[in-house]
Amino acid sequence: MTAAIAVDRLGVIFDRFHALKGVSLDVQPGESFGLVGESGSGKSTLLRAIAGLAPVASGSITVNGKKLGTRREKAFYREVQMVFQDPYGSLHPRQTVDRLLQEPLAIHGFADGEKRIQRALDEVGLGNGFRFRYSHQLSGGQRQRVAIARALILEPSILLLDEPTSALDASVQAEVLNLLEEVRRRRKLTFLMVSHDLAIITHMCGRLMVMQSGEAVENLSADDLVERRVTKDYTRNLLRASDGFVRA
Amino acid sequence: MSADAIQTRRDWLLSERPASRMQARLGRAYVAWRRFSANRLAFLGLLIIIALLVVAATAGVLAPYSPTFGDLKGSRLLAPSAEHWFGTDDLGRDILSRILYGSRWTLYVVILVAIIAAPIGLLVGTVAGYAGGWTDAILMRITDIFLAFPKLILALAFVAALGPGIENAVLAIAITSWPPYARIARAETLTVRNSDYIKAVQLMGASPFRIVLRHIMPLCISSLIIRVTLDMAGIILTAAGLGFLGLGAQPPLPEWGTMIASGRRFVLDQWWVAGAPGFAILIVSLGFNLLGDGLRDALDPRSGDQ
Repeated sequence: MTAAIAVDRLGVIFDRFHALKGVSLDVQPGESFGLVGESGSGKSTLLRAIAGLAPVASGSITVNGKKLGTRREKAFYREVQMVFQDPYGSLHPRQTVDRLLQEPLAIHGFADGEKRIQRALDEVGLGNGFRFRYSHQLSGGQRQRVAIARALILEPSILLLDEPTSALDASVQAEVLNLLEEVRRRRKLTFLMVSHDLAIITHMCGRLMVMQSGEAVENLSADDLVERRVTKDYTRNLLRASDGFVRA
Repeated sequence: MSADAIQTRRDWLLSERPASRMQARLGRAYVAWRRFSANRLAFLGLLIIIALLVVAATAGVLAPYSPTFGDLKGSRLLAPSAEHWFGTDDLGRDILSRILYGSRWTLYVVILVAIIAAPIGLLVGTVAGYAGGWTDAILMRITDIFLAFPKLILALAFVAALGPGIENAVLAIAITSWPPYARIARAETLTVRNSDYIKAVQLMGASPFRIVLRHIMPLCISSLIIRVTLDMAGIILTAAGLGFLGLGAQPPLPEWGTMIASGRRFVLDQWWVAGAPGFAILIVSLGFNLLGDGLRDALDPRSGDQ
């Protein structure tokens, strides 16, 4: 079986700063794979490099068996979509939800736009009442649902999630995570998810990779993480940090 | 209409759950309008501009005399009176009629300059800002070259090269007034080009052309409208200045700047010949400035929750 995403010794350089130093990764179709690490460890950069938003200096990325060049083809965007971290920044401030969802359909020349928009909104639990709102008329959770609808409307097989819930408060976080999990099961999607919250990763992902300063530290399964079967000090520190403050 | 009907209509416009594209758009326009009309001075500016439009449209009906033919024998340089409200000029023409007809030329200049200069500036600025690199460098250096000359001097040079006349004056003013718009559009583009919502559109596979046209330009337009409106007073003054120097509209065209130029010779004894068109320029410029200020408050994307 070919991997949904295969990253081989990927290097990303921003103005002489090496954000990724030869990271390799394999994600199987239908799998949910997590990337964890502290801020600046390169996990978001890896996601953006796969999406074509970061300058790849070396290495290769293969999606569904097809090797990607520096320039992404239109077909690529129907396979891979992304949900951004900040729902307040990822929706155009002057467009209604309707316009936002219509745009990908127009770019890819879908004829049955009306039906698809309805379906996409229903799927993420937003009724028709939200369709002609502007993003400033929506709450954070609703915005993220719109962003998910926008990512799903092209029916991709792979979804890149860049800390999709970190900007939301706890109760909304759970709703959005459940929504994502439900969508994944129904559509048999492959997830590549970045988070600094180990609890979310263990809940959502089967396998994960720990990253530090642009390099992979170790690959683990979620069970490993739960049972603390970790080999590297860095991961141990992350685990300790995620346990939070312990009263002395 | 009953108060109830007005209330339901307002609720419909301000609905949090618009049911159609149309309603969402109208609701937004209504919010902007409410903010705009709450500003009394801006409203006054709008009234002045509307009055200008009405006068220009109906000059043929409103003007009591011909703007180009006067009574050389009996009515030269008459002081303002009931017969000639603003007096007459050295060729016996009624100044009120000339000012009413002159409003057409003022509008002609202002609208043509705005139509030519604003889109050029918007295009140059957004393309430079979004493309970056060499494209940006080349486009912005060209803009800098235009900005390096004082506007009126450059316009003078263009008119001198193209030949005097109101069409050439319009062209010259348009050519000299787009660079600031390009700067504004570029600055706005730079602030949004790396935002996630533009990245999201890139991730849909949109072409750069589509992104600039449909996603970046709409964000630049409101600050551009504000700037163009505020510049209109300057455009009127430049056009009048060119007319005054004999390089804009040519006599007998009743253009306000040209009228001031021809009244200059008797400005001490027959002040109304130059004074009346000067006052007209003042009022219209003021109107555009007030309108521009009001639009800034109503449309500025950084203020309020637009």
